[in-house]
Amino acid sequence: MSTPVSIAVLDETHDEHRLRALLERGLPLTSRPWHSLAEQCGMSEADVMACVRRWQAEGLIKRMGLVVKHHALGVRANAMVVWDVPDDAVSELGQRLAAEPAVTLCYRRPRRLPDWPYNLFCMIHGTRRDRVLAVLGGIVERQALQAIPHRVLFSLKAYKQRGGRYTREDDSHDRRTPQPA
Amino acid sequence: MAALDSLDRRLIDAYQRGLPLVAAPYAAMAEQLGVSESEVVERLQRLQALDVLSRVGPVFDHARAGASLLAAVSVPETERDEAAAMISRCPEVNHNYAREHRYNLWFVMTAADETQLGVRLDTLEAELGRPLLRLPMLEGFHIDLGFPIPWAELESS
Repeated sequence: MSTPVSIAVLDETHDEHRLRALLERGLPLTSRPWHSLAEQCGMSEADVMACVRRWQAEGLIKRMGLVVKHHALGVRANAMVVWDVPDDAVSELGQRLAAEPAVTLCYRRPRRLPDWPYNLFCMIHGTRRDRVLAVLGGIVERQALQAIPHRVLFSLKAYKQRGGRYTREDDSHDRRTPQPA
Repeated sequence: MAALDSLDRRLIDAYQRGLPLVAAPYAAMAEQLGVSESEVVERLQRLQALDVLSRVGPVFDHARAGASLLAAVSVPETERDEAAAMISRCPEVNHNYAREHRYNLWFVMTAADETQLGVRLDTLEAELGRPLLRLPMLEGFHIDLGFPIPWAELESS
């Protein structure tokens, strides 16, 4: 599964593009949030909801709900674990790691030799470093990964953390400045 | 950690996904939780003010919503904050972390398409004066951060 780029975006109307730009910044906390969005992009409330339903069905929207800042909640031990996996085994291992309950994100990425030999990335979030390391130890054991070189990159500081903005800056007419993390 | 009571926790536990797609979603959530709509809205506003809640809404699949790239750069520790500020200033950067490695700054940049992303990365690379490690996603196995919050662990730590 390589990454298709921008396919879902091509047949979007101008109003839908505007809606997506607004949605990337979050739903208004008002009684009829879809209605507020509809007014801002010249669509009807029903059309806005139908569009969101379609994006969900197409997989453009992965989930919809409260997007929390884990660091602020105290889930502060954030380990990026990188693995140097033989190319013919990386996809299969990626699937196995993704099925581990403690793994919150898992991606295959290119090596950049000689500086960067790692081709599989996963994130493990937890409350404390020692707990995250213990969880990782359990994964290495269960998945028999003792022979696969890996490094653990704990985060030291979150300088910035917010949702991705894929639409162009001027699409939402949003004048708020980005929140520092 | 900010003091969150049981209603805050129930809200987070129940609605990291599955926000009801109805005209009045906060009223629908309130009904499920046995509280009033205004209580739900006030809680969400408070969680946002506490900076615990980033937003309510959809999480787009970044591979399909546009172009996105993880990049890293190696800077001397003494210059780290300065370089990080330069990176964070880019409106296209949504995550920017210091990590324990020779490559000590890691960030994600997004843009409407690959061309725009490439241009912005080149500009930032020139500004930083150091080569960027560019690590596009080739395959995603699990790309959802809506995991259950370990409340009990948070209390005991």
